[in-house]
Amino acid sequence: MVFFVADNIVSSLGMSTKQNFKSLLNGNTGISVVENNDIYNEPFQASMINDNVLEEHYNLISKKYPYSNIKHTRLEKMLIVSVDEALSKTNIDITSHKTGIILSTTKGNINLLEPDKRNSFATNRVSLWKLGEVIKKFFGNPNMTIVISNACISGVLAINKAAMMIQSEKYDNVVVTGADLVSRFVVSGFMSFMSLSSDPCRPFDKERNGLSLGEAASTIILSSDPNGNSIRYRGGGSANDANHISGPSRTGEGSFIAINKALIEAGITSSDIDHISSHGTATPYNDEMESVAIDRHNLNKVPVNSIKGYLGHTLGAAGLVETSILLEEMRMNTLIKSAGFENLGVSKDISVITQTQETEITTCLKMASGFGGSNASLIISKVGNDK
Amino acid sequence: MINNSLKISKYCHISSDRVLVNGKPFIENINGLDNKSFLKHIYKSIEIAYSKFFKMDEISKLGFLAVEILLKDINLSVYNSEDVSIVLSNSDSTIDTDYNHQNTINDYENFFPSPSIFVYTLPNIMIGEISIRNGIKGENSFFIVEKFNAEIVVDHINSLFLTGKAEVGIGGWVNFHQEKYEAFIYLASKNGNINHSASEVNKLFNLIT
Repeated sequence: MVFFVADNIVSSLGMSTKQNFKSLLNGNTGISVVENNDIYNEPFQASMINDNVLEEHYNLISKKYPYSNIKHTRLEKMLIVSVDEALSKTNIDITSHKTGIILSTTKGNINLLEPDKRNSFATNRVSLWKLGEVIKKFFGNPNMTIVISNACISGVLAINKAAMMIQSEKYDNVVVTGADLVSRFVVSGFMSFMSLSSDPCRPFDKERNGLSLGEAASTIILSSDPNGNSIRYRGGGSANDANHISGPSRTGEGSFIAINKALIEAGITSSDIDHISSHGTATPYNDEMESVAIDRHNLNKVPVNSIKGYLGHTLGAAGLVETSILLEEMRMNTLIKSAGFENLGVSKDISVITQTQETEITTCLKMASGFGGSNASLIISKVGNDK
Repeated sequence: MINNSLKISKYCHISSDRVLVNGKPFIENINGLDNKSFLKHIYKSIEIAYSKFFKMDEISKLGFLAVEILLKDINLSVYNSEDVSIVLSNSDSTIDTDYNHQNTINDYENFFPSPSIFVYTLPNIMIGEISIRNGIKGENSFFIVEKFNAEIVVDHINSLFLTGKAEVGIGGWVNFHQEKYEAFIYLASKNGNINHSASEVNKLFNLIT
């Protein structure tokens, strides 16, 4: 069996899952107006990590690990802080050959392509494999970091991959970490798609008009040993819509298949699911598509939320950030309301959470979709509630 | 004992100077065409008509053509579309297209980012293009490694196969950086004569170099 033994979120709302969760309980969003000419020449909505807080945490940690003393980029610092905080809650030996590392990112150190930054690091620092190498060297891990870059489903794919690695018995523990920056590269790109919301994003709402970006690093540690934890991985899957590279399928085809694969591996049916963490970007097409996939699995009555109204779309970190929140929801038996949601604005009748509430949660579904027609899902449940 | 391991039945290489199918010359770049022109030449040589090809960035074109050649005369429709997985890898992600997008946003006086470039700054877009063309709806994964690493791709496809998530794997490597490009794509299924192991896949990869 594969267990979730520790997790972390580094974001505008805090440097741990607990800190982030506390803000969510209070209904606080980390998304606000950003005025930063280096990123974009007009104000835009995003969730940004505070530089001083990040530096402070990084400086404390950097002395703890004696393995490499090179200069790190902002993104690397985010990842290092996130991995360290998650690790500190376990007894896992990161320097063991039985501990693997997976890195999930869409664009990594992409800001190093900016003309004024090109000379600050060696050219290959922008390579994603190099980012994986920098992280493993910092923590003294002997294995090659496995880097997954598969658009916005990277994080969920990375957790699924970690479970496969543990099931194959090659690894006892896998540290899955992911991060992306809110960079000029990404903001300009989404602006050109006209897919950024003018206000903090509003997943599934009638008035939604696009996504908000968010900066985060997040880490989830999986292990064959429960380490005293009681939530385990049940199954996962991915699928392609085979329909369009920048828009989701109207029939929710890939998302439907990905959920189906996860259900089959978990050995349960959709009626066993009692909470869904959606991808919920708040673009008109994504949320509509997800409602169709949810409807096709008869999950209409299952409480669903999107965390993106709090932390924005954190791209390669999203699957990890949102699964970390999902794990905390399960531990606290609390459903977090979907921020920005008032009136249902999708064609299928689904149960978007409007009030944060305590309730027993045992078996959950995480959904993700992204460019390239990609979709992924995973199912987790509490031990002892194995349906 | 039931033979439940995957085999390789076909593979294809594309480099700047030639295309190989199962290690044998298929198309040669005899006129020393540049990269873009050679890809166009390959497209014409295999006699397909697919207008979306011309909208793709160079690395997607490269991966797309390698899979077109691989799947020629292969009837994938005997499989459920959900059971065909695509597991690709490379070293440089989409770096050339990243620079193309970056060049549109360097200064606000001359600022013209385009969604048709930006969307290709994700390596898995190539998987999307291949999936659309071939109606493939199975598992997707794109790995980034410094150098070709057969074990990463082989292990992943084998795991998908063993857990019943895929019956077929289209695996390989598609890298495009500056003047150098290389594609190596293979088909893993129950049919074929070559074992789907990291050592065999490494041997096949090295045929072109």
